[in-house]
Amino acid sequence: MMLNKSALSLIATTAILASTINMAQARDQIRIVGSSTVYPFSSSVAEEFGATSKSPTPVVESTGSGGGMKLFCKGNGMDTPDITNASRRMKTKEFKMCTKNGVTDITEAVIGFDGIAIAQNKKNKALALTKMHLLLAVAEEVPSKDGKSLVKNPYKRWNQIDAGLPDREITIYGPPTSSGTRDAFEDMIMKGQTKKMDVYTSLYKKDKVKNKGYKKYHKVRQDGVYIPSGENDNLIVQKLSKNPAAIGIFGYSFLVENDDKISAATVNGFKPTPETISSGKYPISRSLFFYTKNSHRKEVPAMAKYVALFMKEDMIGPDGILTEIGLIALPDERRNAIRASVEKYTKLTLDDLSKK
Amino acid sequence: MSSLMKKTNLNSKLNSSNKKTEVENPFYDPSLQKRHAHARRFKYFTMGSIIFAISFLVFFLGDMIVKGMPAFQQSYMLIDVTYNEKTIDSTRKAIDKKYRRIVSRAWLRDIPAMVEQDPSLMNTTQTSWVLVNHQVDQYMKGHYYKIKDKYLQTIKEKQAAGELELHFNTIFFTQGDSKIPENSGIKSAIIGSILTLIVTMVVAFPLGVMTAVYLEEFAHDNYWTQFIEVNINNLAAIPSILFGLLGLAVFINLFGVPRSSPLVGGLTLALMTLPIVIVSARAALRSVPDSIRQAGYGLGLTKIQVVQDHVLPLAFPGIMTGSIIGLSQAMGETAPLIIIGMIAFIPDSPDSIFQAATVMPAQIFTWAGMPERAYVERTAAGIMVLLSILISLNALAIYLRKKFEVNW
Repeated sequence: MMLNKSALSLIATTAILASTINMAQARDQIRIVGSSTVYPFSSSVAEEFGATSKSPTPVVESTGSGGGMKLFCKGNGMDTPDITNASRRMKTKEFKMCTKNGVTDITEAVIGFDGIAIAQNKKNKALALTKMHLLLAVAEEVPSKDGKSLVKNPYKRWNQIDAGLPDREITIYGPPTSSGTRDAFEDMIMKGQTKKMDVYTSLYKKDKVKNKGYKKYHKVRQDGVYIPSGENDNLIVQKLSKNPAAIGIFGYSFLVENDDKISAATVNGFKPTPETISSGKYPISRSLFFYTKNSHRKEVPAMAKYVALFMKEDMIGPDGILTEIGLIALPDERRNAIRASVEKYTKLTLDDLSKK
Repeated sequence: MSSLMKKTNLNSKLNSSNKKTEVENPFYDPSLQKRHAHARRFKYFTMGSIIFAISFLVFFLGDMIVKGMPAFQQSYMLIDVTYNEKTIDSTRKAIDKKYRRIVSRAWLRDIPAMVEQDPSLMNTTQTSWVLVNHQVDQYMKGHYYKIKDKYLQTIKEKQAAGELELHFNTIFFTQGDSKIPENSGIKSAIIGSILTLIVTMVVAFPLGVMTAVYLEEFAHDNYWTQFIEVNINNLAAIPSILFGLLGLAVFINLFGVPRSSPLVGGLTLALMTLPIVIVSARAALRSVPDSIRQAGYGLGLTKIQVVQDHVLPLAFPGIMTGSIIGLSQAMGETAPLIIIGMIAFIPDSPDSIFQAATVMPAQIFTWAGMPERAYVERTAAGIMVLLSILISLNALAIYLRKKFEVNW
């Protein structure tokens, strides 16, 4: 009897609990998910917003770009996030998923650039690399000496790739496959080059089904030369300060903060600086985005204010707060154009995403 | 026989005087020395492993303390601050231009709120200690800093005049997370942890104790209860991240509990703590001698009277110890909380269990990934706070056990 009573009351309380929670609809707290790269910028704005307005500080979760899109596109319910951050553009696949779930009114905002630094221990002599050097250092298969066929990557020392490079063992600490930085690195260093190299693409042309991977080859070697080092970029910085032979791949903001321990290598002749990244001279950089779910604008009135604050010159401008923590501002003209488009809450269409 | 003895005696006399005495002992075992040496070696091996473990602990703690201690101090500078309409509108103008890159942005941001709280400040100029930014703070603590030379000059002058010094860091204990390192603290994470653990205990403790009482006092030993027992022991060994997935599927998606709230975190951690509570409560109940129960039944007590008035009170110290250990385990857990959204930027302290909150290990994890150097010391200080709470919880468990333990 006793047990029956307590079991009943337990079920009753759970039911009451569940119903009261579901009733809580309109929200004054904004919910943001998405990329871990955009996370520091987004949470900076969130903090500023919380400190200077009457609304509670938005909750910013770092779920990764892909994870954020999944949560964002789940539907229009109040339990889905209002904004998702991304360190790459929304994929057409993701846009279709959104549309399927009724999330059709989305606005895209570009907030700036993020550079990917190739860095080494500061005690070393300056290192001048090219995109091709990096490709040859990290790819699983590389063109043979005569350039006619692909062989398993034989390079163990930098001077084997290019006699002009130092006689040092190749050890690269970089992001793991789950990371957006890794995606960007593969896109810009690997895919960007291999799709134009006949030695890779000819294999694809020979057998488009079996050799699909060779269309834009981006397989990273797994013989211990490239060491995936977790999502925490601080870890890579620590490894570089212990191991002078190694080089590391990580976000630009970590380079700025640790320039007593590590220094950047030049890529295609340019060091990563705000100017070279913004102008596109430094070749490994990407745009950072956020996407707003406009169907939530009514129920979450704070959203408009947050977005407006984010797009302010004080934040994403060249002297803004975000540039202090590593964001690289867009060129003036583009920044103004994007600000205007975000203010109007321009609806994102599939065509926008499919054109380059 | 005796001649043989003599012969050996003679032999040993030739060898050494030492052996002579041993041979006279009829219990002499020639391999004894070797066996003793073996036992001694074994002792050293066991000692070696504990020394190894302790040295790791000492290294870890030492490293944490050396890195974390600076975080308990924060640099402040004595300067003039002007409060008027203009400076409230643009807070940067409240201080002399040469200090603008030295004073913390977070402090300036709070000026309007300060005036609102104390309207008498309006239209006055006060000389007060203001928070400086993390680069200056790092300089004061002798760490690596990045400050432009022209500001460094001002800083050195201020320091020489005694108007720039390290004070005790109250912000660390009165603020939540912040992207401005000097403004970040662990308070909202502590409150989040407390709320989460209250939910955990409110759910796991009664459920766990009731389950244990049923299994120990009521259930018959059959395949069914054995099946349950195997499953409970198995649950205790499941990787905690799976509980996070379960929490997401059941509590958030099915019941609609708000994401990132202490409620969902507490419920998830309760699932994880439940097996520990059950196992320890069962052990405590089992250690209550049957004579107590028999005596109760002999006096005509019902089952509930025996359990409630006699067995449970006697088993209580053991149950408490187990629960506190389960609680401290839940307190240090991060993995399941990632999935239910408690590892996020949540600077506001939660007022209720329905609001978004973060917990201490999650805060430490977030700080560990930040690029700014000032977060290194805050990460270590956060670990120190968490460790000291865990140590006090475990000490409490030992104290309760020692104080209320009954030896039969």
